[in-house]
Amino acid sequence: MLNVRRPNPARTAPTPSRRGFLAGAGAIVVAFRLDTRPAAARGPDLASVKAQPNAFVRIAADDTVTVIVKHLDMGQGNTTGLATILADELGADWRTVRTEFAPADAALYNNLLMGPIQGTGGSTAVANSWVQLRKAGAAAREMLTAAAAFAWKVPVAEITVADGIVRHGPSGRQARFGELAASAATLPVPADPKLKDPSEWRLIGTRVPRLDSVAKTDGSAVYALDIRRPGQVTAMVARAPRFGGTVRSVDDAAARTVSGVLDVVRVPSGVAVIARDTWSAMKGREALKIDWDDSAAETRSSEAILAEYRARAKEPGLTASARGDVAGALKGAARVIEAEFTFPYLAHAAMEPLNATIERAADGGYDVYAGFQFQTVEQATMAAVLGVTPDRVRLHTHWAGGSFGRRATPSADYVAEAAQVLKAWGEKAPVHLVWTREDDMAGGYYRPTVLHRVRAGIDAKGAVVGWDHVMVGKSIMIGSPFEAMIVKNGIDATTVEGASDTPYALPAYRFGVHNGREGVPVLWWRSVGHSHTAHVMEVMIDELAHAAGADPVAYRLSLLAGAPRLAGVLRLAAEKAGWSAGAPGEKNRGLGVAAHESFGSYVAMVADVTAGDARGGAGADAAVKVNRIVAAVDVGVAVNPDVIRAQVEGAVGFALSSVLRNRITLKDGAVQERNFDAYEPTRMSEMPAVEVHIVPSSVAPTGIGEPGVPVLGPAIANAVFAATGRRLRSLPLNLAGTKGA
Amino acid sequence: MPNLTVNGVAHAIDADPDMPLLWVLRDRLDRTGTKYGCGIAQCGACTVHLDGQPVRACQVRLGDVGAQAVTTIEGVSGPVAEAVQAAWRRLDVVQCGYCQSGQIMSAIGLLSGNARPTDADIDGAMDGNICRCGTYQRIRAAIHEAARSLA
Ligand code: FES
Ligand code: FES
Repeated sequence: MLNVRRPNPARTAPTPSRRGFLAGAGAIVVAFRLDTRPAAARGPDLASVKAQPNAFVRIAADDTVTVIVKHLDMGQGNTTGLATILADELGADWRTVRTEFAPADAALYNNLLMGPIQGTGGSTAVANSWVQLRKAGAAAREMLTAAAAFAWKVPVAEITVADGIVRHGPSGRQARFGELAASAATLPVPADPKLKDPSEWRLIGTRVPRLDSVAKTDGSAVYALDIRRPGQVTAMVARAPRFGGTVRSVDDAAARTVSGVLDVVRVPSGVAVIARDTWSAMKGREALKIDWDDSAAETRSSEAILAEYRARAKEPGLTASARGDVAGALKGAARVIEAEFTFPYLAHAAMEPLNATIERAADGGYDVYAGFQFQTVEQATMAAVLGVTPDRVRLHTHWAGGSFGRRATPSADYVAEAAQVLKAWGEKAPVHLVWTREDDMAGGYYRPTVLHRVRAGIDAKGAVVGWDHVMVGKSIMIGSPFEAMIVKNGIDATTVEGASDTPYALPAYRFGVHNGREGVPVLWWRSVGHSHTAHVMEVMIDELAHAAGADPVAYRLSLLAGAPRLAGVLRLAAEKAGWSAGAPGEKNRGLGVAAHESFGSYVAMVADVTAGDARGGAGADAAVKVNRIVAAVDVGVAVNPDVIRAQVEGAVGFALSSVLRNRITLKDGAVQERNFDAYEPTRMSEMPAVEVHIVPSSVAPTGIGEPGVPVLGPAIANAVFAATGRRLRSLPLNLAGTKGA
Repeated sequence: MPNLTVNGVAHAIDADPDMPLLWVLRDRLDRTGTKYGCGIAQCGACTVHLDGQPVRACQVRLGDVGAQAVTTIEGVSGPVAEAVQAAWRRLDVVQCGYCQSGQIMSAIGLLSGNARPTDADIDGAMDGNICRCGTYQRIRAAIHEAARSLA
């Protein structure tokens, strides 16, 4: 059934010109309601999505094709990818394609892989939209075709559609999309439109230019931080220096005298200074004198938390997976390698600090402007703060200056805080809540700190016989509204993913987990659990290969008979990197490899690394320089190969600093790293050459926002071993001062 | 009241002379193409030109700008700027894009004084501009491409 969104007459009536009239009247909206049965054990059946009301495309009389994007684009290029999928089925002229972020509407715009929730994450944008958007595009094409057939009195079968033109070959008649849009809008939506054969694709699989390149190179792209509402004020909140701390008392007398400061109000997270502009808000906040109550706060240091983890890792923990007789296998092993891996808290540190603008509208509802990543949760949380129903909170999604997971919190933390400030201040004017870099970095919601302990045994021939694995880390989902969905028997799937389900054919294997209990808020960080599990698995396998005297690629392949796509990317990366020839014969130079599946996508990397100090050792000045990364990826159909390459290049640039140096540390509960000087992202001069090879595939596409991240660390660590003989397990890699193997 | 010339237009600014140029541009003049990333000269997101030279707007006090001409991403023009922006678009450099105003302002500064920068020159000129999305490989390629197109 077609859901025709008629233009608002109040908006179109005053435009007298024919052109203006058509531009308003000729819009069609094709919509489907998807069958979102609760994800069964096998997951939702995306391929059998039914065509029903739900809005994804609008064609205007001026031929503009607007694709409605239900996901947040935080840089991963999904607006271009999603528009490509729909536009190709539609037969649109790419130059006329635009995108628009969808409003919050879980019924229309839910993420099919997340159930009844609108949100972006888990590298799902393309995967969950693939059939949905093709059906939307195909249905719109069939409606345009039907409208032309009716107008020209010719059979539908004789009509073709390409490049934004509908043609009837035999009569030579043709019409632009915009000319047919109004009449097409009156026709029924085909229940089961016929999708194109891959041989008919014109855009999918080609290098389609990004739709956001112009606006992001001339300063015109509007991010949340750029929102300027009439009369808006800037708010900054002083938050407790320790997680869980509260305000005991506040003296705001000095702050109130700062020029530009308008008010000081209490909110649940601390004390908010409301000011005319950002600078005044900063100055005003500095002038607050607050006595913090730490009685309920986390006051331990990072080392103390890890020490607790280390002690707990001696116990088996909850069993996430188990097969075979691990204890017996290790007892009978010719050699057992025991290893501990630790991982620090990591901040997402997106370039655009968290911020949101909220205002009360004339109709009593609220308008909120931000880089929304978890719309359903954010809308409901703000509505609860404001005491209205969720539909009264209208979300306006803007380009996000990065996220890497941070903008999607189950608590909707920062947008809820914006609503709290607005409410506490009496809704006097639009409030722009701004977090400084320091607020953003010290504000928690980190990639959890994690400790893994592994004991793995090989027989006399070097074959793995048993693997005993225990990890300790704080669950992201326990205590969140998604606990019931994701946590089973105390085990959070997002914590153990990538290890408990290892594709390696390990005959006896046990994965145990302990949930961390510290009062530090944790969150998914680009690649979630894989950000540490892949590192452990891939460094450990490498150690076993070396212990067995085997080639690390061949050794992995011998264990991957059941994982052909993973084996495929491993072979391709090795071949393209010249693995068999080895590293250039320079001192302290070596190649390392790693391969991992995450979010249904397969990535292998070979790292070419130079490591050591000036004398070739591991003195205090020892450094790791990554010369080159060769990556192979299998994401099914490569919707936009250039965006895929860009995401893998970017994953290397993003993750490199966390491999080499980044860590968030607590000292007596207080975060020590508060800006880019102490938590320094990768810089230009450190960026290795990255080469990305894509496996041709006709399998339904999966995502690539995250899967490049997990393999970088182990590939580099394994290359450092090849270069120096030093086995570095924990991240960040600390070469200086390590002993030779 | 300090006067400020931004993209060729003079403005009388009623603000604390200590206010960083970054916040004057963004909050007083609504020139939001110049971005805030760190406030401490670490990231380069706030890069603008003062009399053609790249500077970090978070470190320049309003009171110190004086008669120097401020150019922001919204106001850059000329063959170098056009070549840089065109190369950025041809290679689809951007991801989230938030750092890219600053990257482009630094790149224009580099190419204005050095028509054929080497990789080492690029490292030197661009190391102060963080891209958390990791687009460095394409930034480097786009600078080389812009240099070629200007030759
Ligand atoms: S905001 Fe000025 S250098 Fe980062
Ligand atoms: S493109 Fe996102 S920070 Fe550079």
